[in-house]
Amino acid sequence: MKKVNLEVNGKKISKEVADHTVLSVFLREVLNLTGTHVGCDTSQCGACVVHVDGKSIKSCTALAADLDGSKVTTIEGLVKNGKMHPMQEAFKKEHGLQCGFCTPGMVMSAIDLLNHKKNPSDKEIRDWLEGNICRCTGYQNIVAAVKEAATKM
Amino acid sequence: MKTFNYHSTKDVKEATKLASSSSAFLAGGMTTLPSMKLGLASYKDIIDIKRIKKLSGIKVSSKTVTIGATTKHAEVAHSKEVKKAIPSLAALAEGIGDPQVRNRGTIGGSIANNDPSADYPSACIALNATIHTNNRKVSADKFFTGMFETSLKKGELIEAVEFQVPEKSCYKKYPNPASRYAIVGVYVAKHKGGVNVGVTGAKSCVYNDENISGALSKSFSSSALDNVKISSSGMNSDVHASADYRANMVKIFAKKAVEAC
Repeated sequence: MKKVNLEVNGKKISKEVADHTVLSVFLREVLNLTGTHVGCDTSQCGACVVHVDGKSIKSCTALAADLDGSKVTTIEGLVKNGKMHPMQEAFKKEHGLQCGFCTPGMVMSAIDLLNHKKNPSDKEIRDWLEGNICRCTGYQNIVAAVKEAATKM
Repeated sequence: MKTFNYHSTKDVKEATKLASSSSAFLAGGMTTLPSMKLGLASYKDIIDIKRIKKLSGIKVSSKTVTIGATTKHAEVAHSKEVKKAIPSLAALAEGIGDPQVRNRGTIGGSIANNDPSADYPSACIALNATIHTNNRKVSADKFFTGMFETSLKKGELIEAVEFQVPEKSCYKKYPNPASRYAIVGVYVAKHKGGVNVGVTGAKSCVYNDENISGALSKSFSSSALDNVKISSSGMNSDVHASADYRANMVKIFAKKAVEAC
């Protein structure tokens, strides 16, 4: 067992975890933050994307123990004062989802893009979302949503 | 994933002392962790080397670019110094996997794993890299020994990769549309002493294509490759591409790389 200190969505957390616990399991099963989804569980599908120290990573492929001392933001951490994040609003407005399984990862990944590229082109958005798979094939509206969010962020 | 003991280490001595026949060093974990989840690998001890400060960072001189083993792909891709010294190397890093993989994956992990379709090994061959480990320096042509095999000994740790700055260079790959691993990738580099052509994805291990590099050493132009024959013998053949197709792609992507130099 390892003691892990993390700041998750602004809240300081200190827990004992088994050495092989990955971040996605820690978030979902220890902290009950089930907004982070697990699809492939082998870092291909991107449903589990969260931010660690401001950068998007796949939480299924990072050990909780190895992130000791980090700041983690999940989809649950985006809402401020009861208001959705502009990226969430944009996904809603542009119908950037069908079943919604991939959406938390898509949103977290797209925010990371806009954090360092203010007005990405369609190609830059598509290239960036390479690691996020939507099996409803809703990419067209996802790209539209990211473009819409870019006007608000 | 089977259980293991996780060790976070502060220096190379501590990390190498913990190493055994049933341990693995962990950097980005982009291959190690999925392999363990799929049951393809299991270890008693996982030795995390990410917090060892001296293993991370980029140093550029007029002749070399030296990248610490735990330096992430995104850091290489965005480094102004790398972009200036060897732009093709920054571009290669930008084309690995996806943004999240580039935010975690490291150069040391990539070359230690020596996946036959990985990008970085071709850069090591093309740019006459020297691999610095905790106890020796190995040239790239002696480092990559076979499919997922390197000349690293048990408990030996990569500290940095030193690339030679070429006169000009370019890497072009035909990426697998899902994984972005190279179905075929060709890294052409023109040095003062001749041309190297690192080919990945085509065979069981990265190699320097001497037919192509020989022709380019005489005349550095894509037309110099018109009459070069690439044999499909020893080429990979799978659902993505047959051996003959790969042989053809090696030549086509070598030409593309030369034209873009």
